Parts: sequence; structure tokens; C-alpha cells
Amino acid sequence: MAVATGARARKPSKPKDEGVFSRLKGDFANPERRTAYYMVAPVLLLVLLIGLWPVAYAIYLSFLKVLPETAPSFVGLQNYIDMFSDPTFRGAVLNTAIFTILSVALEFVFGIGIALALNRGFTGQGSVRAVALVPWAFPTVVSAVMWRLMYQQQGGIMAYIALKLNLIAGPILASEQATLFAAVIVDVWKTTPFVALLLLAGLQVIPADTYEAARVDGANAWQQFSRITLPLLKPAIAVALLFRTLDAWRVYDLFWAMSDRTLESLSTYVFKGVRISQVDFSVGDAAAVFIFLTSLVLAFIFLKGLGTESSGGG
Amino acid sequence: MGKSFENPWMRIAFYAAMVLFVFMTLFPLYWVFKMSIVTPEELFKTPPSLLPTNFDIAPAPYFFTAYETVFADPDFKAAIVNSIVVAGITTVICLAVGSVCAYALARINFVLRTPIQAFILAISFFPAVAIIAPLFLQFQTFGIIGTYWAMIIPDILFALPLTVFLLLAYFRELPAGLEEAAKVDGANIWQAFFRITIPLSAPGVVTTAILTFIFAWNEFLFANTFALDITTQPATVIIPQFATTYTTDFGAQAAASIVVTLPLVALVLIFQRRIVSGLTAGAVK
Repeated sequence: MAVATGARARKPSKPKDEGVFSRLKGDFANPERRTAYYMVAPVLLLVLLIGLWPVAYAIYLSFLKVLPETAPSFVGLQNYIDMFSDPTFRGAVLNTAIFTILSVALEFVFGIGIALALNRGFTGQGSVRAVALVPWAFPTVVSAVMWRLMYQQQGGIMAYIALKLNLIAGPILASEQATLFAAVIVDVWKTTPFVALLLLAGLQVIPADTYEAARVDGANAWQQFSRITLPLLKPAIAVALLFRTLDAWRVYDLFWAMSDRTLESLSTYVFKGVRISQVDFSVGDAAAVFIFLTSLVLAFIFLKGLGTESSGGG
Repeated sequence: MGKSFENPWMRIAFYAAMVLFVFMTLFPLYWVFKMSIVTPEELFKTPPSLLPTNFDIAPAPYFFTAYETVFADPDFKAAIVNSIVVAGITTVICLAVGSVCAYALARINFVLRTPIQAFILAISFFPAVAIIAPLFLQFQTFGIIGTYWAMIIPDILFALPLTVFLLLAYFRELPAGLEEAAKVDGANIWQAFFRITIPLSAPGVVTTAILTFIFAWNEFLFANTFALDITTQPATVIIPQFATTYTTDFGAQAAASIVVTLPLVALVLIFQRRIVSGLTAGAVK
């Protein structure tokens, strides 16, 4: 207490900061709460060293030209200018945007349907829920390899179905556009169940008597869904959409393995610059910073959409 | 809500939709398994047959030629070992630092608790590709490119949120009464953690270990960036390469995919109840 009043006497102009500081001091005066900081320290240190420091370094590097055998030189925004004027990069942005919008929209629509069904309670519900976990456990890159076998022109079941339905003219994997849609299907297969499980967890915390009351008031099924389920499910929906959107935005494994390294996403563009080309290291790094910043913006938009009603980790 | 269907047709449609969902979810696994056990002629047959008819038999212990092919490939075996090493070390480190962190977040009410929790969760939204350029330069300086550590270090970062949030959910479920009693008897917080919480939450710790392991096992980007050759390349890097090694041997590609996924599928099905509750806990709380 004496420490806290002493701090107040020295810095009278900033009462708010002082509140946090004196509460922190309180934590360190208490042996148990002090131990808490020691307990979280290793994780925070790792995150700082492997996460935050490299990001800061990546941003710094994006303003330099890094070439093998020469000293890096400061080039300002040149890497970003080179990046935006590169048609490959613009193609990568377009592919990634189409992939993200299509896959997240489909996963959400199917996911909410499956979640509502699982929330109903029926014979065999447990088995259906267990099955939903199976695609989640697959390595993405291996799912891509498996689906690519099914998309093959020769003996591939997906190619056969698509041909019979007149959806395609030539081999699926020979066309970049068709491969992009094929990748969307793989992603929908792989992550819809997971979206459904996230939404199901949200549905299960909605009290049953809310529906009871609505039914007594004469609400039909659609009204119950749109007036009760959707608004109360909003936080779970926002979390699921945020998860999936950011995941799709950084898509790498799927494009890489589905198209034998030809279909470009933002992440494959970064990879090729940083790891394969000798001269485009810095442009690749600029694209990495671009993914980081756009991910931040997307996260901000979703959290804003979630609003102040979010239940911040209790 | 266990309400029954008023309309029998609705009931039929509902079950049909569920059957369709299960079918579509499991179909690729079935199809690729089928591809791995039939003869090349059947593999390339148009129209494809739904059930396997002509098996490509090999002597025990592999039973089917495609499995004999992939297990005869020294790269495939080496890759499996590499995957186990990388995912294993990542899991051990994540559990060691993550369990202590999760315990503090679950039990102790300190000022920075909520911000730290949000900060750790934010890592799972972080695009991994954003840090490959700086890590590449840094690892070059340390001389660890092409070693297991070049994969393990970044894998730890991205597995940690999963480890911490799963354990947090399990520790919260555990009543604090026993630890309180131990503290009354003079145990400090570390003793309460190691002697009481960890043994009591053993099932949760095992589930977390399995999920962290699967997460690291499935990692591809860092492995593809930092592993240079078969001395460290894990299965996720080797299997896509099979498309060029075994260009027309779709059976071998299928068999390799089955070998690396079936153990994961088995684990997930065994522990499914705990996994569902653990994975979704972070999202709703």
C-alpha cells in the first residue's frame, strides 16, 4: 500500500497507468500470483523469440534488398512496388481470394446444417460426431495427394463423375481454374466437419427453455432459427469464420500438392521467392508481410463484427 | 433437444442426410484404400468400380504389392522416423512449458491473466508463412538449416496455443478443492501442480499430447522450407514427392497416404469424446 501511494505522489498525471502498475506490484507482492508470472514466462518467451521477433525482422527485411553474396541495401518500398506490379502476385491474390470466399462460405453453410442436425439428438449421433473428426486428423498435404488420385483422368472417381455430369471438358488437373475449384472441394471436405463441431459447441450452450418459450409464443421453426439460434450463436459463428478465413487466406499445402507446385496462392508466392528464387527473397518477404497485415485486418473486421458482447475468456 | 419428428418423411430425409454426410466424409479414405489394394488394370479402369475385385496380392507381412513397394522404399521409412522425431520432441517441449502456463491461467487470478490468454490464442491466427524469410536467415546464421531443430522450433510456436488451451480446459474442469487442501497442509503451488493436478488430469494430458503430436505430424510448410534432404524430411514432404517418384504407380501413392493417416484416424476415434470437448472449449469460453 505504501508503495502504491508513493507512486501516486510521483506521477499524479497518469492515474490510469498507475492503477495497472500498482495492481501488478500487488501481484508481485503475493507469492502465489508472483509464481503465476514465472509459470507463464517460458511460453511468453518462446512466443516472443519465435513469433514476434521474426515478424518485426520480416517487416524490417521487406525494406531491404537481400541478395546472396552482397551486403543488404535499403530500398524503401521498392520490394512492395515490385510485388504489386508482378502479375504472378496479382494472380496469387485472386486465387487466394476466390479460394477463401468459396471455401469459407460453403463450409459455413454445410457446417451450420450439420451442427443443427447433431444438436437435435438422434440414434447414432455419437458415431456421426466421431466420423466428423476423421478428415480433421488428416495431414492437409496427404488429403491433397489422396484427392489428386481421385481427380486423375485415368480411373479417378471424381474425374469420372465430373465428366458424366458434363462439368468438365478436359482433365481436371490440367486446368488451373478446375484445379482451384477442386482444391475448394478438398478444403470443404476436410474442414466442414470441424466448423460443424465448433458451431455445435456454440449451440449446446443455448438454453433449451429459450426455444420452449418461443414455441409457447407460437414461433415456427424458421423464426426460432433466425430470431434465437442465429443471434445467440453469433460469437461461435464469428470465431469459426475467423478461424477458417485466416486459415484459407494462408493456404499453402493444398495448392502445392494438388497442382504439383503450379497453382499460386499468396503463401506459395512467398515460398517461391524466399526459398526457391535467389533474387526474389526480398519480394517474397514483402508478400509475407502483406499476408500478415491483411490477416490482421481480417481478424480486426471479424472481432469488430463480434462486437462488445463477446464473452472474453472467463 | 431430443424432440421427435412429427412427419415421418422428415425423419427419413433427416437420416438420409446424416448417412450422406458420413458417406462423403469417409469415402476418400475408402477409395484411396481401395486403390492401394487392387491391380493396376483395375486402378485405371473406366468407369471405375466401386468395390475392389482384383487384388494385387503380395506375401506377408505386407499382403498387397503397393504396401510392399512403399515399405521397400528407404526414403519412406526414413521419413516416418523423421516425422516421429520432430512431432515427438515438439510435443514434449510444448507439454513441458504449456502445462505450467495453462495451470497458472486456470488457477491463479493475476492481473495480466486475460491479456496473456488472448495473446496466446492470437498465435493460432498467425500466418506461418510470414516468418519463413527471417527464420531462414536466422537459422542460416545459427547453422541449423537442414536439422530437426529448424522444424521443431517453429512447430513449437504454432502448437503451443493448442496445447495451452486444451490443458486449460481440462484443468478448469478439475475441482480446485484437493489443491486447496494440499496448500493448507503446506504445499506450495508447484507441489500442488505436480503432485495433484498433473496425476489427476492424466487423461486430459494424454489427449493433449496426442493432439499436439498430430498437429506437429501434419505440419508441412516449415518442413518443406527447412528440411533439405531425406536425413530430416518428414512424411508430409516425402509423400507429395511420390507423385514424381511413382508417377504412374497410383497404388504406391495411395498406400503411402493410408500408412500415414490410418494411425491418426485410429487415435482420433479412440479419444474422440475428449477431443471434441477439448477442441471446442476454446471457442465457446
